Amino acid sequence: MTVSAADSIDPGVPLVTPDGRPLKLALAQATRRARIRAFALVVPLLLFVLVTFAFPIGQMLYLSIHNPVFSDHMPRLTAYLTEHPDVQVPGEEGFAALALDLADAKKNRTAGRIGTRVNYERPGSNSLFKSSARKAAKFKGPPYKEKLLEIRSDWGEPHLWNVMRRASAQHTLDFYAAALDLTHDENGDLSQVSPERRIYVRLFWRTLFLSAVIAFLCLLLGYPVAHLLATLPLRYSNLLMILVLLPFWTSLLVRTTSWIALMQSQGVINDILVTLGIVGDDGRVQMMYNQFGTIIAMTHILLPFMILPLYSVMKTIPPSYVRAARSLGATPLTAFIKVYFPQTTPGIGAGILLVFILAIGYYITPALVGGSSGQLISNQIAFHMQKSLNWSLAAALGAILLFMVILLYWVYDRLVGVDKMKLG
Amino acid sequence: MKTTTMLASAAIVASLSATAFTVNAGEITVMSWGGAYTKSQVEAYYKPWMAATGHKLKSVDAPNPAAPIKAQVTAKNVSIDVADVEYSDAVRYCDEGLLETIDAKQLPAAPDGTSAEDDFIEGALTDCAVANIVWSTIFAYDASKISGAKPTTMADFFDTKKFPGKRGLRKGAKANLEMALMADGVPAGEVYKVLGTSDGVKRAFAKMAQIKSDIVWWEAGAQAPQLLADGEVLMTTAYNGRIFNAAVDENKPFVIVWDGQILDFDLYVIPKGAPNKELALEFIKYATDTQRLADQAKYIAYGPARKSSAPLIGLFMDGKTKMGPHMPTAPANMKNALVNNFEFWADRDSELNERFNAWITAN
Repeated sequence: MTVSAADSIDPGVPLVTPDGRPLKLALAQATRRARIRAFALVVPLLLFVLVTFAFPIGQMLYLSIHNPVFSDHMPRLTAYLTEHPDVQVPGEEGFAALALDLADAKKNRTAGRIGTRVNYERPGSNSLFKSSARKAAKFKGPPYKEKLLEIRSDWGEPHLWNVMRRASAQHTLDFYAAALDLTHDENGDLSQVSPERRIYVRLFWRTLFLSAVIAFLCLLLGYPVAHLLATLPLRYSNLLMILVLLPFWTSLLVRTTSWIALMQSQGVINDILVTLGIVGDDGRVQMMYNQFGTIIAMTHILLPFMILPLYSVMKTIPPSYVRAARSLGATPLTAFIKVYFPQTTPGIGAGILLVFILAIGYYITPALVGGSSGQLISNQIAFHMQKSLNWSLAAALGAILLFMVILLYWVYDRLVGVDKMKLG
Repeated sequence: MKTTTMLASAAIVASLSATAFTVNAGEITVMSWGGAYTKSQVEAYYKPWMAATGHKLKSVDAPNPAAPIKAQVTAKNVSIDVADVEYSDAVRYCDEGLLETIDAKQLPAAPDGTSAEDDFIEGALTDCAVANIVWSTIFAYDASKISGAKPTTMADFFDTKKFPGKRGLRKGAKANLEMALMADGVPAGEVYKVLGTSDGVKRAFAKMAQIKSDIVWWEAGAQAPQLLADGEVLMTTAYNGRIFNAAVDENKPFVIVWDGQILDFDLYVIPKGAPNKELALEFIKYATDTQRLADQAKYIAYGPARKSSAPLIGLFMDGKTKMGPHMPTAPANMKNALVNNFEFWADRDSELNERFNAWITAN
């Protein structure tokens, strides 16, 4: 019967609804209405994410390649430099553009802004621009080159002109170079900065390394706890769950400072060690303000992010599997390795990824307990956001960090598969 | 019945006048550094100003008010009317066009008629800023932890053989490099000349390297006295007012060493595009007059920026401590003092801080 029904459908004639409309069209219409309704429900969240997340981040990332300070406030010189791409130290024409722009900068009080921009690459430029602008405002006329060189001979320096030429470009990759400890040398070639100023590459590596260590420690500590939570009778596991969640709900700052109170050299742990006579009063162990402090505090703070996905996965594993394995003669270890552990990998993957990515961007904990050897790249980003106010460099560092996270996610997807991840 | 009507009409009149009052009264937002310092400003400036003018004042704090100013002015969304900033930031932001200019001629003269321009200490007035206090970075120790000879010079601070123990220093190049050079024997007057050379920078870092493994870094002003109180460090650099308040107000056995102190101003500025510019200026005029600056010394050990305020300085709020000798500007404290060179730091800030950050994060 079914075969003959299928045969009776002629592929050339479209199916129609009772009122004569093609079925395909009617179905599309009906689902479209449902889709629009569903979309309307998502719109508030979508707008929220766009306005408060995607847009500011996009703007911030744009800052890392876009810095129009110089071209906005030195229009004549920028035009001159664009017209004469090969000139190193220009003649009177270039200096005239410079002098007139400086005079305007004095009038508009922007000399400091331009100086700060050039100062990123050539220390000492800030005062050069400010003092020269003050004097240039009083110039009656040419010869500008002679007059400016008289104020400061620095204006005749090819290196300064190279820096100004690069700064005059609105779009630049120089901040990415700086974020990778690279700079343009006297000849304009890209080279590493002097060894005592190299910092960012090392911090990126350190951030990756410490995040990996923390993720691993979280797994080591969180796995048994999650297993216990998943297998205990409900009334015990609920209590245990509260113990896991309580710190999760406590302010990050409070948890970090409690670690300081515990582990500082005059803190509780050291006091106990001294009382027990394990260490002398002058031999107190330094556990805070170094890498060790960062690892301990961050492991504790991120632990719930490992336990919760593990727990949710373990909860779904029927205990009968392990029992079956045991009854078929497997030792407890074999049953665990062959039967239980493979089923928890989605939780492990989710936990590791979650902890690792959170750790990479951690800022407040290393700032408080990290001393100097426990500082991460995020602390340098904060430094450039809040103190040096070099936002373009901060944006470049942030973009590299974002890129690293995306790359790791991609690697994870290729190796393990994101569809195998289970967050809860 | 009659009394009720009278009461009602009285209430209406009262509410009307209250409305009239609020229409005239404005509100400004003042941003400062928090802790004991903001408290001293609340007592000496904010409360009297509100009482005298009927205006309202909202006090907000930031670890360094300079950072939110730049963010707000750049985003053209300014909510702060007056901010209390450091010298180098005041000058730098003024040059960057982020601040309103303040004409010093508008400021009130001293009681004896000396014009404001002559009354303020040299350098205390800039195109965009009016100084209120002179503060200083000093180092202090806990007297109860050091038996025998006490540290007296900057060199002692950097000498962990003579005084074994941890040292607290502010995380940043500024002040530390100067102190390292002074500890290495450079007289205060030549510090910036030496630091201007690459050999001088190397020398300063080398001096700090001698104690690197013993340094605990602090960032917020309140952390320094805390580290000292917790016994985490034996000595620490700090802002003198914070140590004074811990010592006198909280009875901590802290002693300030004035040798090699680095003086700096804190100044009031108006961010460009502040919502209540005129009122902000009125506030600054009021807060930086002779009496108000002298009053502030009652609550914290920072020196007034006006010469005419000095004779008016009396007792601390406890009613028994004479404030004069605790001022950074007291002659006995000025024997080997350095005034922070803002031009030097405007030029070398990014370079030296980069090097400093690289130095401290290196293992």
